[in-house]
Amino acid sequence: MVSFTVNGKAVSSDADRTTPLLWIVRDHLGLTGTKYGCGAGLCGACTVHVDGTAVRACQTQLSEIEGKKVTTIEGLSPDSSHPLQKAWIAEQVPQCGYCQSGQIMKAAELIAAKPKPTRSEIIEHMDGNICRCGTYHRIIAAVERASREG
Amino acid sequence: MTVHDTQISRRAVLAGLGGLTFCAAIGADGLQLIAEAQGATMANAQITPWVRIAPDGTVTIFSAGAEMGQGSMTGLPIIVAEEMDADWSKVRIEMAPADKSVYGYTFANNQRMMQIVGSRATQLYFNDLRMSGAQVRKVLIANAAQKWSVDAATLKTEPGFVVNPANGARLSYGEIAAFGTIPDTLPTVDAKELKARKDFRLIGQAQPRRDIPGKVNGTAQYAMDVKLPGMVYATVLHAPVQGAEPESWNDDAVKKMPGVVATLKLPAGVGIVATHFEQAMAAREALKVTWGKSKVDGFDSEKVLDVDYVRVAADPNASATVLEKKGDTADAFAKAAKTYKAEFRNDYAYHAQMEPLNAVVRIDGDKVELWEGTQAPDESRSAVAKALGVPEAQVTVNQCYMGGGFGRRSLGDYASECALMAKAVGKPVKLIWTREDDLAHGRFRPQSLQTLEAAVDGSGKVVGWKHSVVGDGSILLHTGIKIPYYDVPNQYIERRGVAHGVQVFFWRGVGHISNIFAIESMVDRMAADAGVDPIEFRLTRMAATPKLRNVLETVAQMSDWKAPRPEGRALGVSISERSNSLGAGVVEISLDKASGKIRVHKVWLAGDGGIIVQPDAARANVESGIIYGLSGVLHERVTLKDGMVEQSNFNDYTVMRMSDLPEEMHVKFVDVATRPTGLGELGTPFIGAAIANAFFKLTGKRLVHLPFTPERVLATLKA
Repeated sequence: MVSFTVNGKAVSSDADRTTPLLWIVRDHLGLTGTKYGCGAGLCGACTVHVDGTAVRACQTQLSEIEGKKVTTIEGLSPDSSHPLQKAWIAEQVPQCGYCQSGQIMKAAELIAAKPKPTRSEIIEHMDGNICRCGTYHRIIAAVERASREG
Repeated sequence: MTVHDTQISRRAVLAGLGGLTFCAAIGADGLQLIAEAQGATMANAQITPWVRIAPDGTVTIFSAGAEMGQGSMTGLPIIVAEEMDADWSKVRIEMAPADKSVYGYTFANNQRMMQIVGSRATQLYFNDLRMSGAQVRKVLIANAAQKWSVDAATLKTEPGFVVNPANGARLSYGEIAAFGTIPDTLPTVDAKELKARKDFRLIGQAQPRRDIPGKVNGTAQYAMDVKLPGMVYATVLHAPVQGAEPESWNDDAVKKMPGVVATLKLPAGVGIVATHFEQAMAAREALKVTWGKSKVDGFDSEKVLDVDYVRVAADPNASATVLEKKGDTADAFAKAAKTYKAEFRNDYAYHAQMEPLNAVVRIDGDKVELWEGTQAPDESRSAVAKALGVPEAQVTVNQCYMGGGFGRRSLGDYASECALMAKAVGKPVKLIWTREDDLAHGRFRPQSLQTLEAAVDGSGKVVGWKHSVVGDGSILLHTGIKIPYYDVPNQYIERRGVAHGVQVFFWRGVGHISNIFAIESMVDRMAADAGVDPIEFRLTRMAATPKLRNVLETVAQMSDWKAPRPEGRALGVSISERSNSLGAGVVEISLDKASGKIRVHKVWLAGDGGIIVQPDAARANVESGIIYGLSGVLHERVTLKDGMVEQSNFNDYTVMRMSDLPEEMHVKFVDVATRPTGLGELGTPFIGAAIANAFFKLTGKRLVHLPFTPERVLATLKA
């Protein structure tokens, strides 16, 4: 049995300890905003926070999150009010949308640590997250907007 | 303008949709309503198949715009709302049922289809949806006229209201729905009665996409996210060589693994069903399968392209399908002042949509339900019905958002696999392909070899044009091969088909990618040789049509085409064309000569897409196409060796990331009043030639093989 918190709620799981956190949050806990993209830590679609750090849920085993705080896109804000979520809507960023939970969670890590990132810092930070619809320039615009408007 | 459906009775159209009662008909002009007691009640009923109005004023508009990020789920209802003069804030959107006889667009031979492919949703639905909206407006007006005992012709509409200008009386659409009736035969609408462009209130204004809020908080539902009571999870191990069937596998060992519910032989692989997905994945890893023989055994894509295709191209007796024949090319080439010949190649490419293929199927008695994000709900419905051996009428498709489509999600192949497994285990099944299967069992944009020849007369005009493409994939090879935007009098264009058994399919722009790369590289070669500016050459020596001239001149202005660039930078131009849209694009590049890496700094595209329904979404589509094009041209390459795909995931099938993003992208639509045309792929086909032409300006060398990987660039520089 592994105990941890997800979006502020205490949970425990008796799944196999090697189960990727991705399937724990998606299938066992029903938090499907976190997406399966590659299963190999290559695309970033499954990005969640563990104790505030962005990690790839597909590369994180259940055993590694004992006692930790997991935040998924559903827990970023209760009502889509996080500055990034507002900026994502204002800039009409998502197209297919499938990678965007991961993009937002990765960007949230950045602006928490560095509220006013430069364009090149944004690019460096976000380079591991693939968007196949090519919304990259709108992602940059939205991160800049969020850092401007707070 | 073609106007459809005016005479089809509403009863006939809606028959079988259920929950509706119908009545006898109306006057010939369609404006006279029957007595209320006999009419179909309007409240919450489908006035046309596309529109329902509730007494509280909520207007429900059905959308056939399968949403894969292009925004047509929102854009198509805007067209209906425009003509019916709905208050957009009161419109809610529902996905249309997978019934192509009602919700299909009219295609060739009066067939109806629902496939959202080729970026044609707006183009193909535009007229039908305008008509439908106008019919709803007429029904609303007729009801108000009857209520007020006035002539319908004296009434007008404002968003959400019918108004009587004579006395200022107003009835909201909700109020009308509460008492109104719907005639059995809908009023006819003449094309002349549709709104003038100057009167558009919604079309041409940027409306926020309705799918976006759910895509920033994790609530948007993809098929991947569907969970049903008692549902189990499945995955498939597909044959490592496409076309091979599983013969036997370590079934006993795999079935003993934790959570495994069943294994199943599928046409193209071994299916595994388990309680949890991670258990199905573990069992998939443990599978040891003996595969049967396949036509693809031993296939070597590089060798086939470089040896076999070259031989076919050179063989005067090879069988060919003629795609275009104009004038007398033999004569034009015989009399030419100068002739040119060049070859171009491109590799297989994979869709790499972010959401791996998946579906959910529940079978309950004779009722089959499918949840899928599909570009073609009608195709999925029939594929599932066929796989299960049941009539299509028993299959309901629940359309979900698609995590990318790009052509791949229009076959129903994985939905059929899911249905077979749901039938085998008697429980709802969610099937998820792994990324590795999604790639190795992909359906690729085909590789091809292009041979082009051109003849120039004494005045410098291009008067002869020959283009031959060799490859496997029929139409996939030759979309975009014709050049109707240039007036070259003598043309001969052909395809020489070969067949390998490697799965090939539509891909964003598909044949346009390789064909426009070849065509526009060839044009640039002639322009350089003649010492004429490449845009000028297209206008005068290639006799560009007025439509092309417009976008070429626009992009020249946007990019300040003739202005000098910084040292180490160069511009290249290419036309773009797809789904009746035409464009011209310019890129500014630099090159790292040590690594062979091309960097694209700026991109400009001028597009003619007709009337732009949703300007911001249209721009987003073109921007997306540009990035997809850049990714394809600079990175993407599927190779097969010994019959097997050599790439496995995003580590070795690399796609564009943020660090490759051009610093600037400028997209502009020229202002025209013609019917909308497809924009989702217009950004993609020009990138190859534009980059190759800029590369020539920088280096004096020609890139002739897509993609332009650093290794190929270095080899080109050395050659």
